[in-house]
Amino acid sequence: MTQASDLAAHYDLVVIGGGPAGLAAAAEAGRAGLSTVLFDENPGVGGQIYRAITSTPVADRAILGEDYRAGSDLVAEARTGGALIANGATVWSLDPARLVGVSIAGQARLIQAGRVIVATGSLERPFPIPGWTLPGVMSAGGAQTLLKAQGLVPDGRTVMAGGGPLLWLLAAQILRAGGRIEAILDTMPRRNWLRALPHLPDFLLSPYAAKGVKLLREVRARVPVIRVAELEAVGDDRLREVSFNGRRLPADLLLLHQGVVPNVNLAMAAGVAHEWNARQLCFQPVLDEDFNSSVPGIAVAGDGAGIAGGTAAAERGRIAAVAAIRALRPSAPVPDLQIIRQRLQREEMGRSFLDWLNRPADSFRQPEGDTIVCRCEEVTAGQVRAVADLGCEGPNQMKAFMRCGMGPCQGRLCGLTVTELIADQRGTTPAEVGYYRLRPPVKPITVAEFASLPIAEGERLAVEN
Amino acid sequence: MFKRLADSGKSVALTVDGRPVDCRAGDTVAAALLAAGVDRCRTTPVSGAPRGPYCLMGVCFDCLVTIDGVGSRQACLVPVREGMAVETQSGRREAGR
Repeated sequence: MTQASDLAAHYDLVVIGGGPAGLAAAAEAGRAGLSTVLFDENPGVGGQIYRAITSTPVADRAILGEDYRAGSDLVAEARTGGALIANGATVWSLDPARLVGVSIAGQARLIQAGRVIVATGSLERPFPIPGWTLPGVMSAGGAQTLLKAQGLVPDGRTVMAGGGPLLWLLAAQILRAGGRIEAILDTMPRRNWLRALPHLPDFLLSPYAAKGVKLLREVRARVPVIRVAELEAVGDDRLREVSFNGRRLPADLLLLHQGVVPNVNLAMAAGVAHEWNARQLCFQPVLDEDFNSSVPGIAVAGDGAGIAGGTAAAERGRIAAVAAIRALRPSAPVPDLQIIRQRLQREEMGRSFLDWLNRPADSFRQPEGDTIVCRCEEVTAGQVRAVADLGCEGPNQMKAFMRCGMGPCQGRLCGLTVTELIADQRGTTPAEVGYYRLRPPVKPITVAEFASLPIAEGERLAVEN
Repeated sequence: MFKRLADSGKSVALTVDGRPVDCRAGDTVAAALLAAGVDRCRTTPVSGAPRGPYCLMGVCFDCLVTIDGVGSRQACLVPVREGMAVETQSGRREAGR
């Protein structure tokens, strides 16, 4: 395993994130002869979609599906390309001059990058319902991670709630693995079809249509699906019941999911300009066609550039890598960009339909009353709304008043909710309200890690004098 | 709450609050806790409410535990190691330990 002491002080390209975008980018750059390092926080590469692809104990290929296995090819390509791949490597800082702060096993280093490709992917959209902080309530993505990486299958009374492709895929995977699901509570409004319908022809031409229909049939044949307009996790010290539509269902595990959104923390902290995406209801970086951001030398590829799925993420990673290669080593051979762009276009085709169909209801994005919005600091929706009424105009002022977004998750699980609540309360738009101002370190780092940074003799003398 | 699909893999012994827990090589601390039926990692600094692993991908920080004496480690990002001592955390008092 790569240690901090194995790292050079400078790389042509630093790729941050080992999902499909990061792996594809590292493969292209390594092949073209750029000195390349890929930092990934997890114990193994693959990101979330190909989580534990090199180590999964799930031997039966049918359980996770063939799309998951496709990740193996990307890992092999990245490994043979010549890039250094460092796992367990947490990037806690990236500045506009492309100095990358990273920690591996408690040892920190500052690495200078010629170019940076941020491939930090997506995270699940916050799903703030009453009781979502209780033990026994987990994100669907979390349960999928346990299945892929450790072969853990939900046991006992499991209820799933929400919507979107990942929820249905996980349901199918749990069933194939011999698990049982009491019910799926579908929170997606039926009227979503009205806005999705005009995009149906494109979706039918995309690779997702046939797969999606098959998946829905597979799950619906074995699990009752109930459309719900309200949802609550009930319990004192842990989840006991799920409440919906005036009914209560005993449950040991509630899995929540209402789509994924770009994980913006690192790119925003580096000063990359972001904009509100009104269709996908999230902030995403402002990028050119090569995925270059507003900060020279920093690109954002993969779902972090806007949600488009794992296969599209890999193509985006390749495009960003080609741009880096052309900038740093114009003589190196690069793959035909036009072909990559065509493949990307095909992957992105069905996205509008999926986005409109799986647009979470306002009530599940903009909660009311005692529902916790900021899990870390335990700030409720009612508090955020009341402070907005008092004149608070944005999330940064809200932080100062209420501490929301100031806990260890740094707003990852409340940022979008707080922005939308302020916009709703003040009758304006999320674009107008904006997001938390993010600063490094974007992950907690100990004083001991800071102290482990190599210090040059000149620097030591400057401080001692 | 969870069962193992295949009980393969090398056995790894750790302790959770002093109690022996058997898990598998390749587990993260969070996965080992959940497989052993431990569904809470800590209580919160604000209200003392119990929390368990939520996202399992390093973004929610609900699965913070003390590992080998170092507090507030993300249980979902740390692979298990033989002899590891895991302690659940309680609220403000131990948050900075």
